[in-house]
Amino acid sequence: MLDLDVHNLTAGNPRDAHCAQGRLESAPADAEPLMSKPLTPPPLKAQSCEWIAEVMAIAQDRDQAAFAALFRHFAPRVKAFLIKSGADEALAEECMQDVMATLWRKAHLFDPARASVATWIFTIARNRKIDLLRKYARPEPEDLPWGPEAEPDQEDVLALQQESRKLAEALKRLSQKQRVLIEKAYFGDLSHGEIATETGLPLGTIKSRIRLALERLRHNMSQATK
Amino acid sequence: MTEVKHHISDDFLIGYAAGSLPAAFDLVVATHVSLSDDARARLHAFDAVGGCILDEMDEAPLAQDSLSKTLSLINENAASEAASPQNQTRPEDGIFPAPLRDMIGCDLADVKWRPIGMGCKQAIISEGKDATARLLFIPAGQAMPRHTHRGTEMTLVLQGAYRDETDRFGRGDIEIGDETMNHTPVAEAGEDCICLIATDARLKFEGLLPRIAQTFLRI
Repeated sequence: MLDLDVHNLTAGNPRDAHCAQGRLESAPADAEPLMSKPLTPPPLKAQSCEWIAEVMAIAQDRDQAAFAALFRHFAPRVKAFLIKSGADEALAEECMQDVMATLWRKAHLFDPARASVATWIFTIARNRKIDLLRKYARPEPEDLPWGPEAEPDQEDVLALQQESRKLAEALKRLSQKQRVLIEKAYFGDLSHGEIATETGLPLGTIKSRIRLALERLRHNMSQATK
Repeated sequence: MTEVKHHISDDFLIGYAAGSLPAAFDLVVATHVSLSDDARARLHAFDAVGGCILDEMDEAPLAQDSLSKTLSLINENAASEAASPQNQTRPEDGIFPAPLRDMIGCDLADVKWRPIGMGCKQAIISEGKDATARLLFIPAGQAMPRHTHRGTEMTLVLQGAYRDETDRFGRGDIEIGDETMNHTPVAEAGEDCICLIATDARLKFEGLLPRIAQTFLRI
């Protein structure tokens, strides 16, 4: 269920502090008054915009403190991911530093209407891993010529971040066997032929959210160029 | 945006998201995704699964000077950054999406074709140990040269269209073939047909084909 109450999202929970700083603070003009809704937001929403403000702070202000916070959370995980993917300790450390430096450099390209911060960092780490294996840059899909917008649609941002959180919960609820299989696929332990299409993951809603965000982006841009 | 009718199956998108496809297939998938919002949305969803896995990783211990080293890396990069312009936008008259153009270093006009008979031409783009990518040119109205599929063949239409026993395939459409597939693709009249094709040289993905069939049946 989609809940667009930005005020509720940013009120009352210390974890939301970074949400209140970034682009998410611009609540829709017609949003309802703060007091008309309960003040305690459910934890799902509280976490759903995690790290966005830090990435925005890097993009806009080259904020080193925000970078350090992201680094503390993601650097050990990126390194662990690379080790699981077959890199030794030294290579994983070097590659991780490279990934985190790329995060800094590409912060302005991050689009919260299309990915969570964790997803975005995953794609950087994965690409870096493949480049190392293949010794040349892997083909990436063409960037959308218009994306990301200066002010992404708040509805899209919240909905996508919420769907990402739900996906993470769904992943936790999978049987141990299914989960291990999916992790193996992402660590590169399965050849293409061994990857089953039926992952058991409920991806339908997040797919349609992303699709919707892409359509809205396309629509807004075609309006803008008219 | 082209109206894409034949989309890539999920198992190839997971393979792409996970980074486990042979390079030639990566190229076709990235090119297809550049032409299809549907494929892009599905790929982003599989990327999101990767994001969840990353976020749930146990923390690996970092080197002591990890953060400061990364910060100096950032400072070094900042110096060279301005020098490397990033050009990802397609030229107005180009038909090759960025991943393909970047790989071969040119657009259609400058492709170095080799004739393969009956007016058809091909250009090998990359030849890896496990897969090959090539461009194929079929004159308008002409049948594709007879060829047998060994292993998996992934065909993406870039210009014009062809028809076979199953359907019509136009720009952005993808067709997966295998050695059991017996089809005679014919380029539509009016415009020469240009396709990007990846083939795995060896019969490596034996488990793949039944799964692709499953995917199609589910749709």
